[in-house]
Amino acid sequence: MTIYDYLYYIILPLLSISLVFVFVRFFKGPTIVDRVIALDLIVTIGIGIISVYSIIYDQPNFLDIALILALIAFLGTVAFTYYLEKRDKDD
Amino acid sequence: MTNIIIIVFSTLGTIFAMLAAIGLIRMPDTYLRISVNTKAATLGVGLLLAAAAIYFGEIAISSRVLAIIIFIFLTAPIGGHLLGRTGYISGNKLCDQTHIDDLKGKYDKKTHNLSSKDNEEVSKEKNINDN
Repeated sequence: MTIYDYLYYIILPLLSISLVFVFVRFFKGPTIVDRVIALDLIVTIGIGIISVYSIIYDQPNFLDIALILALIAFLGTVAFTYYLEKRDKDD
Repeated sequence: MTNIIIIVFSTLGTIFAMLAAIGLIRMPDTYLRISVNTKAATLGVGLLLAAAAIYFGEIAISSRVLAIIIFIFLTAPIGGHLLGRTGYISGNKLCDQTHIDDLKGKYDKKTHNLSSKDNEEVSKEKNINDN
């Protein structure tokens, strides 16, 4: 068993299962803050999946996309919290 | 030898990412979920990215991976703090096992400013002085 088989048949399915778990919280989440947390974790696990993919297909260019995803996740969290807090202030 | 290091790093990273996902389901409280998101997930993704850096083994790619890791390590606590603040202001309840709430009454409900004095006590004192 090569390292590529190990990554493809064990690591990627486990990461996909954890994405499904996060999606459960995303749909269930009692408050909107829980949903924002789940969205943040989805993007974070997505960065991990991209790095594993870049090993399997020997393409280091995929890591640029991981950097952009990290930037977008942080900006999204900051924007969501800013406007959620503002909404509470107006009520 | 490199293959063994890559396998160990990616396995550990996957275990931590999966623990974060399970914790997100099982934690009883918004604030505990934030702690899972900022600690376990950050460590897991850092290990997975480190595995990629070891596999390629070039300085150009390693520095890129290092930039991503440093960025995630810097932004995860900031995002967690903002989420916790918003959750507390919008009135999320603490879970039953949490007994101490140091922030209780310290946020002004209209302006959202944090003060070291208890706002409810201040308003009571004002009422006493007015009477």
